[in-house]
Amino acid sequence: MTVGTPKYRELGLTDSEYELIVEKLRREPNDVELAMFSLLWSEHCAYKHSRKLLGKLPTEGERVVMGPGENAGAVDVGNGYAVAFKVESHNHPSAVEPFQGAATGVGGIMRDVFAIGARPIAILDSLRFGELDSVRSRHLLDGAVRGIGHYGNSIGVATVGGEIYFEEPYEHNCLVNAMCIGFAKIEDMVRAAAAGPGNSIVLMGASTGRDGIGGASVLASAELGEGDEAKRPTVQIGDPFEESKLLECCLELLEKGLLVSLQDLGAAGLTSSAGEMASAGGVGIDIDVAAVPLREADMEPFEIMVSESQERMLAVVEPGRVEEVRAICEKWQTGSATIGAVTEGGQIRILRGDEVVGEMPVEALVDGCPLYDLEPEEPEGWIYGNRETLAAGASAADELLALLSAPSIASKRWAFEQYDSIVGSRTVRRPEQADAAVLQLPEAGNAIAVSIDGNGRRVACDPYRGTIDAVLECAQNLACVGAEPLGLTNCLNFGNPEKPAGAWQLDRAVSGLADACTALGVPVVGGNVSLYNEGPEGPIYPTPVVAMVGELPDPAQVAGNAFVGEGDAIGLVGPFEPNLAGSELAKQRGELGMGLPEPDIASVTKACETVRAAIRAGKLSSAHDVSDGGLAVALAECAIAAGIGCRVDLQHLRERGCSPEEALFGEGPGGFVVSGARATLEELGATLLGEVGGKEIEIAAGDRSLTLSLAEAEAAWRSLDLA
Amino acid sequence: MIWGVLQFPGSCDERDALHACEIHGDGARLVWHESRDLDGVDGVVVPGGFSYGDYLRAGAIARFSPAMEAVAEAAAGGAPVIGICNGFQVLCEAGLLPGALLRNAELRFRCHQVELVEEDTGERLSIPAKHGEGRYYAPEEMLDQMERSGQVAYRYADGHNSNGSLRDIAGVTNERGNVLGLMPHPEHAVDPLTGSTDGLRVFERMSKVGDFANHGLTKSPQA
Repeated sequence: MTVGTPKYRELGLTDSEYELIVEKLRREPNDVELAMFSLLWSEHCAYKHSRKLLGKLPTEGERVVMGPGENAGAVDVGNGYAVAFKVESHNHPSAVEPFQGAATGVGGIMRDVFAIGARPIAILDSLRFGELDSVRSRHLLDGAVRGIGHYGNSIGVATVGGEIYFEEPYEHNCLVNAMCIGFAKIEDMVRAAAAGPGNSIVLMGASTGRDGIGGASVLASAELGEGDEAKRPTVQIGDPFEESKLLECCLELLEKGLLVSLQDLGAAGLTSSAGEMASAGGVGIDIDVAAVPLREADMEPFEIMVSESQERMLAVVEPGRVEEVRAICEKWQTGSATIGAVTEGGQIRILRGDEVVGEMPVEALVDGCPLYDLEPEEPEGWIYGNRETLAAGASAADELLALLSAPSIASKRWAFEQYDSIVGSRTVRRPEQADAAVLQLPEAGNAIAVSIDGNGRRVACDPYRGTIDAVLECAQNLACVGAEPLGLTNCLNFGNPEKPAGAWQLDRAVSGLADACTALGVPVVGGNVSLYNEGPEGPIYPTPVVAMVGELPDPAQVAGNAFVGEGDAIGLVGPFEPNLAGSELAKQRGELGMGLPEPDIASVTKACETVRAAIRAGKLSSAHDVSDGGLAVALAECAIAAGIGCRVDLQHLRERGCSPEEALFGEGPGGFVVSGARATLEELGATLLGEVGGKEIEIAAGDRSLTLSLAEAEAAWRSLDLA
Repeated sequence: MIWGVLQFPGSCDERDALHACEIHGDGARLVWHESRDLDGVDGVVVPGGFSYGDYLRAGAIARFSPAMEAVAEAAAGGAPVIGICNGFQVLCEAGLLPGALLRNAELRFRCHQVELVEEDTGERLSIPAKHGEGRYYAPEEMLDQMERSGQVAYRYADGHNSNGSLRDIAGVTNERGNVLGLMPHPEHAVDPLTGSTDGLRVFERMSKVGDFANHGLTKSPQA
C-alpha cells in the first residue's frame, strides 16, 4: 500500500463515496465495515454505472416466473415446470489464472441456478480471446477450456453449446462468460429474501479460507495491467466434488421444504449474501464470525466476511428444523453451521462471539451506493486496430478457405469434445449439430432450445445496431430448431464506463438490446454486467453476450444444420442484405471501420416465424442461419456437416444490387439457408439458390465464382486444434 | 429383472443409468453408497461420474464403500454387474475385473460417439464415450490370457480407439462373465432422440447372465 493513500481508496472507494458512508453511519467505518462497504459498493456488486441504463430493458412477460433481482431468471415451460437460466462473467479471474477462473465461473453460475431450487441441466459458454497466433491467447484458451470441462464434467452437468471468438482487443483481457440452465418444479422454487426474525442463518458447504479476498473490488472493478501476477491469490480455487454434494444437498432440502430461503455465496462472499438476503426481505441479520468454520484459524473478522471461498450456500431455516437440515448436510458429507439469525430492525451486525465488530444499516450497505450517470461521447472513427492477413488478389476460393479456417469460424470440436455434452439424457442436438442446443424435457412434455451469441466486432462497428444483430442472431438460431423465444438473459462485457467512448458503447448497446427485445416481445429475465475490461492497449470490443431460451413442442421434429439428401433444393429465407461492414472478410482485409446497415427487426421476426413453422411441421431437411463469413461459409458449413456438396448460383442476390463479394461473404441479420423439397421452399417464399449434391462446393457469383472440393473445405474448417 | 444403480457422492450418470435400466428391465432403484444391503435387486450398475471426487485416483476410494462390499458378494454369487466408465474404474480398483484404466493418451477428456465391436458376435454398436482416464491397460500375458478365456467383451472399431487402450479394448468381463466393465456409456444410448439405442444391447447381454445366475448356472463359454 502506498504511504499516505487512505485505505478506502486502496479498496476502490472514491472520496465522495467514503464521505457518504460516514454520513450514513454517522461515524467513520471500522475495518470490517470498510471492507464490506468497499465490496458492496464496487461496480461488480452495485452496478453503479449501469443500473440506470438497465431500467430500459423490458422485463415483463406472460411466461416469466422469476425476473431480474433473483439469483436467476426463470420462465414457465408448462405442466408446472420452469426453466431457470443466467449468464455471468468471470473475465478478470480467467485473465489471471484461466483454469481456475473458468472453473469457478461455471461453479458460480450453477450455484445461482440451484439457489432458486432448479436442478442445473446444461451449461453454455461464451469465450473471447486474442488472436490464436499469440502464445498468451493459446494459454488462456487451453486453460479456460480445461477449466470449464473440469468443473462441468466432474459435477455431471452437460455443456451443450457456446461460442468462441478470437480478436486482438481481447488479447490482454479475455472474456469467460458461463451460462447455466436449470429445471424446476415451480412449486419447489425459492426466492432469496430472508424472512422471519428469529430464524437461523445456516452456512452450508465448504469451509471459509483466505482465497478470493477482495476479489470483487481489486479484481473485478479495476482495469487489468501491470502486476496481475500479484493478484493470483485473489483468484478462487474450485472444488466440483464439494459443489456436487452441496447441489444434491440443497435440492433435497428444498424438496423437503426445510428452507425458508437460499442464497449462494459469490462475489463478496458472506457480505453480499447476507446483505442481499436481508435487503430483499426487509429484515436485519446477525452474523457471528466465530461460528463460521474456517480453513485457517487466525482469520480476521473482515476476512471471514469478504472471503470468496467457493462452494458455499447460505440458508434461512426455522430454528426447529435446523437439526433436520444438519442431518441432510451430514448425509451428503457437506458442512453446515448455524452462524447467525434473522433480526428485526434492518441492521446487519457482525459479531465475534459476544463482541460486536461491525454494525451497519442494511439499506446503506446494499442499496446506498450512489448510481452514476454516464457521460457518453461518440468516438471519432474506429478506435481499434486493423490487421491485414489476407493476401491481396486472393481468389474467391482462397478467400472462402481463409474464412473457414479463421479460428472464430472454424469448427470448435477441439474445445467442445472436452466437455461432457450428454450427461442427463436431455441433449437432443449436440454441439455443432444444429444452430441451437436442444434439450428434451419429458417431464414437461416438450423441449427447450438455447443459443448464446454476441459478435463484439459488429458491436464495435455500431453498438446499437450490432447489439440488435446479436439478439436477432439468437432468435434466428432458435428458429432453426423450431423454437419460440421465451426469455433472454445477457452479460454486458464492456470497457471503462468512466471514459466517454466506453460510456457511449454501453449506452448505445443497452438501447439496442432494449429495442430488439421489445420489438421481438422477448422479456429480459436477468443479466450481469462486467465493466473495466481494458488492458494497456485499450478496451475490449464492446461485447453484449445475449442468451435466449425458447420452447419447442416436439424434439423429434428438430432439423439439423447439415444438408440431408442429394437433390434437395437449397433456398435462402429472410430479409438478408449482405454487407461487408464488420464482416470477417473485412477483418482479414484490414478494412474494419465504423458503421453497420440498419436491421429490419420486423422482417427478421417474420422470417423466424416462417422457418420455425416449417421446422415444426417437419417440412425442411436442414436450416442454418447466415452468420460469420456470410452465405458462402453458411453453405460450406451445411455441406461439410453432411459430407455432401452443393451447387448454387447467387445471381438472385446480385440482381438485388449485391456485388459478387457481398453475395458470397457479406454478413448481416435475417438470412437462413434451408434445404428440402423444391415445392416446399417455393411455398415458404424462399429464394432458390441451387441444390444439394456432389463432392464439391460450387458457387456461381459472376467474376468471383468458386469451386472447392468438400475435402479441402473440411480440412480448413477443422484446422482449429491446440493438441 | 430389477437393477440397482449405486450412488456415490460425485456420481454423475446414476440417473441416466436408472432411466436405461427402467427402459430395459422391470424396474430399477438407486442404492446409496453407505448401504451394505442391495435391497433384493437382481443386478447392479456401478455408474459413471467422479466418485468421492476421484482426486486420488479414479475409483480408488469408492472400492472401499459398504455398497461395493455388497457388490463383491453379489458378483461372487453370479449376479450381473455392469461398471460404466467410473464404474469400470471402480470394479478394476476393487479387483472384480482385471487391468486398469490410465489417463487418455492425449491427456485430455474427450466426449464423442464411438463405434464398438462386440467380440462374441461381431456386432457393431454406436455408443458415446466421455472420459479422461479410459486407456485400458493390463500386462501382455494377462491380455493374452483374457483373450483366450473370452474376457474381452468389446473393442473399439478401427479408428475409434481415441484413448490409446491396449489392443483396442473398450470393455472386459471377469472369468465367469457376470461382471462387465466398459468405458463407453450404454446408458446414454437408449433413446433415438439423443443419439442411438445400441446401448440397450449391453443391458440385454448382461440380463441374460442374470437369468443364468437366477437358475444357479454359470455362463457357458460362448453362450
